[in-house]
Amino acid sequence: MTVFIIRRLLQSIAVVLVMSFIVFVGVNVVGDPVEMMVSDEADQAERDKVIKSMGLDKPWYVQYGRFVAGAVEGDLGKSFVYGESALKIIVQRIPATLELAVAALLMAVLIGIPLGVYAGLRPDTPLSKTIMAGSILGFSLPTFWVGLMFIMVFAVMLGWLPSTGRGETVNLLGIDVSFLTLDGLSHLFLPALNLALFKISLVIRLARAGTREAALQDYIKFARAKGLSNARIVLVHLMKNIMIPVVTVLGLEFGGLIAFSVVTESVFAWPGMGKLIIQSIQTLDRPIIVAYLMIIVLIFVVINLVVDVLYSILDPRVRLSDVKS
Amino acid sequence: MSDETPTLQVENLETHFFTKDGVAHAVDGVSFSVGRGEIMGLVGESGSGKSVTGFSILGLVDPPGKVVGGRVMFQGKDLLTLDEESLRHLRGNRIAMIFQDPMMTLNPVLRIDTQMIETLRAHDNKITDAEAFARSRDALGQVGIPAPEERLKSYPHQFSGGMRQRVAIAIALLNKPDLIIADEPTTALDVTIQGQILYEAQKLCRETGTALIWITHDLAVVAGLADKISVMYAGRVVEQGGLGDVLDNPGHPYTQGLLGSVPGHNTRGKRLYQIPGMTPSLLKLPAGCAFKDRCPHADAACDTRPDITQPIPGRALRCVHPQLDAGATAP
Amino acid sequence: MSETTVQSPAAGGDQGVETPFRRFCRDYAESRIATGALVVLVAIVLLAVFAPFVAPTDPYDLAQVSILDSKLKPGSESMDGTVYWLGTDGAGRDLLSAIIYGLRISLGVGVMSGVVALCIGTAVGLPAAYFGGRIDSFIMRVVDIQLSIPAILIALILLAILGKGVDKIIIALVIAQWAYYARTVRGSALVERNKEYIEAAKCLALGNNRIVFRHLFPNCLPPLIVVGTIQTAHAISLEATLSFLGVGLPISEPSLGLLIANGFDFMLSGFYWISFFPGVALLVTIVAINLVGDHLRDVLNPRLKR
Repeated sequence: MTVFIIRRLLQSIAVVLVMSFIVFVGVNVVGDPVEMMVSDEADQAERDKVIKSMGLDKPWYVQYGRFVAGAVEGDLGKSFVYGESALKIIVQRIPATLELAVAALLMAVLIGIPLGVYAGLRPDTPLSKTIMAGSILGFSLPTFWVGLMFIMVFAVMLGWLPSTGRGETVNLLGIDVSFLTLDGLSHLFLPALNLALFKISLVIRLARAGTREAALQDYIKFARAKGLSNARIVLVHLMKNIMIPVVTVLGLEFGGLIAFSVVTESVFAWPGMGKLIIQSIQTLDRPIIVAYLMIIVLIFVVINLVVDVLYSILDPRVRLSDVKS
Repeated sequence: MSDETPTLQVENLETHFFTKDGVAHAVDGVSFSVGRGEIMGLVGESGSGKSVTGFSILGLVDPPGKVVGGRVMFQGKDLLTLDEESLRHLRGNRIAMIFQDPMMTLNPVLRIDTQMIETLRAHDNKITDAEAFARSRDALGQVGIPAPEERLKSYPHQFSGGMRQRVAIAIALLNKPDLIIADEPTTALDVTIQGQILYEAQKLCRETGTALIWITHDLAVVAGLADKISVMYAGRVVEQGGLGDVLDNPGHPYTQGLLGSVPGHNTRGKRLYQIPGMTPSLLKLPAGCAFKDRCPHADAACDTRPDITQPIPGRALRCVHPQLDAGATAP
Repeated sequence: MSETTVQSPAAGGDQGVETPFRRFCRDYAESRIATGALVVLVAIVLLAVFAPFVAPTDPYDLAQVSILDSKLKPGSESMDGTVYWLGTDGAGRDLLSAIIYGLRISLGVGVMSGVVALCIGTAVGLPAAYFGGRIDSFIMRVVDIQLSIPAILIALILLAILGKGVDKIIIALVIAQWAYYARTVRGSALVERNKEYIEAAKCLALGNNRIVFRHLFPNCLPPLIVVGTIQTAHAISLEATLSFLGVGLPISEPSLGLLIANGFDFMLSGFYWISFFPGVALLVTIVAINLVGDHLRDVLNPRLKR
């Protein structure tokens, strides 16, 4: 198990390095950082000064080395717009985005699994058919438009829930969170549901497919022949088997939630990283973009690591084969 | 019939499958009984309805299948009229079942002890952890699994096929059932392991008085194990009787065909008999006797459905032209 | 197997020789929902292609647009008597016409990027599967890494570097999607590669090119068609999202996403229709494509064949 984790850790570090190189090339080679630093009227001397001050006259590997060295120390440059350390600005926004993503993930599991298992156990009832039709719709609906419709119906027409911002936050261990106040919760609900919609559909499908497959297995029939209650068969025998694909996919999709929070945060003016990156792209605030990318890469790598470990805990067969190898 | 009430008495059991292409009569008026300590072999080709018969007894037929008629008397109660909760209390407790493929019957993500202890808990919620553990360990030991205490902590994939089937049998034995329905439990196993399991099953029934229904397509297995035998064809029992009687003097052309197809010492050098044709689809059974299209003795009389007759004592036959030896005649 | 079971009376219902295409059509028509979706989809495509002839007005002809008509409710009449069935937007454009023109851009970008991504994916995936070995494992490693990153993130970053524009969003969508096609092609090609007809083609000493493109490729098409339809729906949705976020198409190319974004500002003041109807058009398009794709998957999947 430890060997397994160490090996995965090394792989992760390699991925981070490769990605940092791609980000570096993308931003510094494909794009032209000087172009944004100087005004159009600047003469060559002024341009040269900027190039020198940014170290762009050095060979690319020196530049990359500096980039990595800076990144390790947490220095990814200063934001053009805010004039502060880009990394710091991004890190400040992480809790809001994580809160939103975790809330969405919880919704996906708590809503998706019961609906999916039900649809799998009773595939022919009208309710199941409604659930499946809903999940097709959930896949097709563009997130941003659903967000708009949520605002239109629940905020503008009914006036039940607020449509922008995080609401009242509480400081929990040095991090501001919304979910501990009623006002914060009411602000969190719509964006989280909006972000979760796609994943709810996904979980419904996974859970339904897993249930239908597991329900045909002999071990479920054997469990019935043992006289177990339906509750135990569904909650233990079935659930433990369908949780393997659900956890794997959901874990990998957590990164997708963070990526898609870009959309939801923009619609609901949720002050997280996603809203920030859109603003930064529009204002061409490169250090922020770079910092965002590096943070996202890190988050993805961590997620993949966690999913692998979780997977091996859930599925004893994986655990065994890994001990052997 | 015997003097004491049999453990299980099935009368005119009918199970239909309501498919898109029509209604399949998977079990069509099946009757038999098994007494204490008795072993009945339920023999037939695949698709003859023998497994569905087993599942029907336990109320485990999945849609689109449904038990539509008959009685299943177990210890004085008709299982078909019991509510789900009472039936659940019988399953795994008084009536246990063993499945064909040991690779599939144990839940791959649960430890053996979990799967054993839950079987005990399902029927006795007051059992202590220590007692449940001890009984599980003893059951594993009973079916010949070495170091049962350690093996309890294992997952199914850490066992071989034969060992897994022993675990499944141990689970079936946990609550000392009065009836075990074994659905081809040795088909997927090596011949040597099959032999061990047959021996243990037989011993168990003799010692504990458990009734056993052994479902199989393999006459050789039944020959070494059962007390009596029921032969099924296309959802119907076509011949029934004591093991020796049926094997020595088969009355139904189908039973004769089955016996003729088994390679044995007396057929060396001779061509093995083959039953002509294929098992008919349950959706398109011929009218009358289901076997008539493949039967060498069929004639116009076979166009009406034959009833069960008792040409000789202790033998039931569903044939208008019974082929019994030695002057046995239809009443 | 004996002859009798093959020639059951139920199978002999159809007279004459059935071409694969006819059988495909009959299988497809079995689902009424999917047939309806196909009809809707064809109608949408026709609308988009013939937009200038179908739309009641040209929303981008300044002579036909009056700011006095801005934010009119659905069904209201303008000064000169034209009826705005879906209302007008903030600049006084007929929303129905704007949607029909928007469909043209959205579908165009989606289909275009889908076709290019399909070509690239096939060009990469087929040889990878056919030749195997190191090239294969390298390509698939790249594909795996890319697929672990959400498409929207890739497109977003590319657009941050490239800037706005139709060509740029197509490039971004292609790069974000080629890996799906590559994986699909490789997957089915790996299965097909081991079949006898490829073996036979090799025994005939046909050239690799000929085997790959004339023998292998046609047999990998069914899954590609399915993935192609569904990915096109994704591409359309992704383009709308990016344009909505203001990083996709420029204002001069008003796709459905941009129309929705324009209406967003007015929605909080109660002018719901400016965002609502373009969204419905987008939704209907995507749902129709997905339904068609879903059903194609069932029809083309040989495992589900009875």
